[in-house]
Amino acid sequence: MQAKSEAKQQRSAAGDSQPKATSERAGARVVWEVLCEEAVDVIFGYPGGAIMPTYDALPEYPIHHVLVRHEQSAAHMADGYARATGKVGVVLATSGPGATNLVTGITNAMLDSVGIVCITGQVASNLLGSDAFQETDLSGVTLPVTKYNFLATRAEEVAPMLRKAFQLARSGRRGPVLVEITKDAQMGITDYAAPDMSPVVDTQLPPPPSAEATDAILEMLEEAERPLILAGHGIIAAEASVSLREFVDKTGVPVASTLLGLGGLPASHPRALGMLGMHGEAWTNQAVQHADLILAFGMRFDDRVTGKLSTFARRARKVHVDIDAAELNKNVKVELPLQADIGVALEQLNARIAASKGRFTPWRLNAWHEEIEANRRAAQDHSTASEPTDGQLRARDVLRALWEVTAGDATLVTDVGQHQMWAAQCYRLEQPRKLITSGGLGTMGFGLPAGIGARMGRPKGEVWIVAGDGGFQMTAPEMTTAVQEGLDINIAVINNGYLGMVRQWQEMFFEKRYISTPISAPDFVLLAQAHGLKAFRVTSRDEIKPAMEAARAEPGPTLVEFRVEQEDAVYPMVPPGKSIEEMIRRPKDAEGGDDSERSSQNRGER
Amino acid sequence: MTQQTARIEFNGAGEAAETRHRTFVATLEDSPGVLNRVSSLVRRRKFNIVSLSVGRTHIHGESRMTLVVDCDADTARQLEAHLRKLICVLDVQDISHEPCLLRDLALVRLRVGARERMEVFQLLEVFQARVIDVQPTSMIIEVTGDPTRIEGLAEVLRPYGIEEMVQCGAVAITTGTSGAAATPIR
Ligand SMILES: Cc1ncc(C[n+]2csc(CCOP(=O)(O)OP(=O)(O)O)c2C)c(N)n1
Ligand SMILES: [Mg+2]
Repeated sequence: MQAKSEAKQQRSAAGDSQPKATSERAGARVVWEVLCEEAVDVIFGYPGGAIMPTYDALPEYPIHHVLVRHEQSAAHMADGYARATGKVGVVLATSGPGATNLVTGITNAMLDSVGIVCITGQVASNLLGSDAFQETDLSGVTLPVTKYNFLATRAEEVAPMLRKAFQLARSGRRGPVLVEITKDAQMGITDYAAPDMSPVVDTQLPPPPSAEATDAILEMLEEAERPLILAGHGIIAAEASVSLREFVDKTGVPVASTLLGLGGLPASHPRALGMLGMHGEAWTNQAVQHADLILAFGMRFDDRVTGKLSTFARRARKVHVDIDAAELNKNVKVELPLQADIGVALEQLNARIAASKGRFTPWRLNAWHEEIEANRRAAQDHSTASEPTDGQLRARDVLRALWEVTAGDATLVTDVGQHQMWAAQCYRLEQPRKLITSGGLGTMGFGLPAGIGARMGRPKGEVWIVAGDGGFQMTAPEMTTAVQEGLDINIAVINNGYLGMVRQWQEMFFEKRYISTPISAPDFVLLAQAHGLKAFRVTSRDEIKPAMEAARAEPGPTLVEFRVEQEDAVYPMVPPGKSIEEMIRRPKDAEGGDDSERSSQNRGER
Repeated sequence: MTQQTARIEFNGAGEAAETRHRTFVATLEDSPGVLNRVSSLVRRRKFNIVSLSVGRTHIHGESRMTLVVDCDADTARQLEAHLRKLICVLDVQDISHEPCLLRDLALVRLRVGARERMEVFQLLEVFQARVIDVQPTSMIIEVTGDPTRIEGLAEVLRPYGIEEMVQCGAVAITTGTSGAAATPIR
């Protein structure tokens, strides 16, 4: 403790004097110095032989280390932390198995463009290439799943490589960066000098769009009668939700969001249409298909969003603004591709709209708004009419109740599967960075560790983790980590006794052959209690809210198991490879006595 | 760091759809693993490589790559954008439409005895190729030039019996006073 405050004093002393004095340090200490330069105060890690010198120097620095139970979780925690805060998440692990355990977490961050820095040990440089104990070529392994990676073999390389790693992780299109540091580089002595200036925030920012480009977009908007914005993760990553809202308020253009774009425009905004794509609402996908202009802002036309490419938004002219030039014209060919930071682009568009005095008005699009509203009402009537009335506890009830109980204000972290889609449909988000979910990779096991990371980064407010009975079992040991850290998190396990999303596909596309999808589980309540959590079980609708309130009242970590209807399906659904208007809707008569009979038979397999 | 300027690019029909050889020159960091990154990108994104060659330049710490791929214009834009994204790539130019010189080098071991030697020498003169080693029953021929010239030479030598042939892949340079890729942007 004393050492920590001394280190703090040293740092502030160093902060006053310019230029900074150089002094000698082991590479291991340089690691921590650079983390302090970057104002890192928490990291997620797991020690081992090749990273021991670095761990040994930890107590000298004011950085909190969260000991995880599996390195994959460390990467997910850093990922959740980064999404909640907009800062770079940091991971520390050993070489070989520690490092390879990170790979799924790194890939998840890559696919969702989340800035994390992973530092791993590596065998001594003279042993590289010899298949030494716990030697794995992690730079080679992670080459296609990192934004960049480095191997430091000398102590003097540590600082420049780590600084560059941070810079890359938070610049341009963000992503994971790996830095391997050999044992001798950690132990070697080198000169260290704190940099004179604080690090530049973004070194890969594209230049602002030209007036020609913004004018071309506005001209297309002026000519359009049914324009639609597709808002993606870029809106959130670029902190552009305020600018998006301004643009929408000024022009009246409705907004459909991708899964990761949810929260970019408040769900209660009259122009917010919710999520589009495979499990998007019917009226939202209809709007995409009827639009005559698509403004794709900070999204990448994932196949879960577009469905069949050849029919996607086929009536629309298309504008695509993205920070990554390689995304332009990749999946969907567009008339106007523009490489730009979406925040900067929206500010410029807003400025030009403000200067154009009445050229754009929201009521210009009244007919389009009415068409969408009519479709919405029709879809809602269908949903209400086909809502099952058997009184069974359903996952949708749980997520709707969670939204009501938390007033839509919790940080919602999900795992992957049906519950994730129900969460996206039912938990209406008012703010950015409040939904943390694995989009591009769809990584089961992400929820709990990402929730822990989000909690570490955002101490205020509620954090709810929603996981399926399958995915929760993948990283459940992290409950201990939450207890050890004394974290106030609430876990809702949606237990349907199945790998539900796969079962749904088997039901729809494999003639109900439920191969390897019924999954048994431990008693989740006992399991949580064994880890030191307060735990509750809910088996009927009327227990939902009381259990949630009890969990919320608890200052420490809690788990609520919801035993839900087993063979429920997420609707609407666009079958893979189909056009997004070819949705499967909830059949009006499918939830009758016949169905619940089948469910009760299967319940025995739980 | 290189940056692409914001630009508007409207897709024309016609040329865009045509699949043909396109040539890129790139300035790379001269450090370990760089070639691995480029080839990994090309493999993963399924670009169709015709040739790839990398070598050092007059500038310390930089190497230069010439990449010839078979693709349409949209794919070429994709490849260029992906190359640009690689941190170790300092600059990329698509010089398919620039006036430029493309040179490849081939060494050919030809099975040829004393009787046919003179005949072969005459052929080689047409292609401005040279003989760099002669053995009683074979010779080694060196030829540099546009890749099509090398193909042409291989065709006429084939009847004599080519025992072995190596080629290093095209390298390219733009002509005119200011080379397209002469000034790497930092
Ligand atoms: C690591 C991993 N393995 C397999 C899958 C494929 N998969 C997607 S959803 C799913 C079922 C998830 O089951 P559960 O966690 O119980 O959630 P539910 O769908 O039942 O809500 C599976 C197996 C995946 N996405 N990630
Ligand atoms: Mg399940």
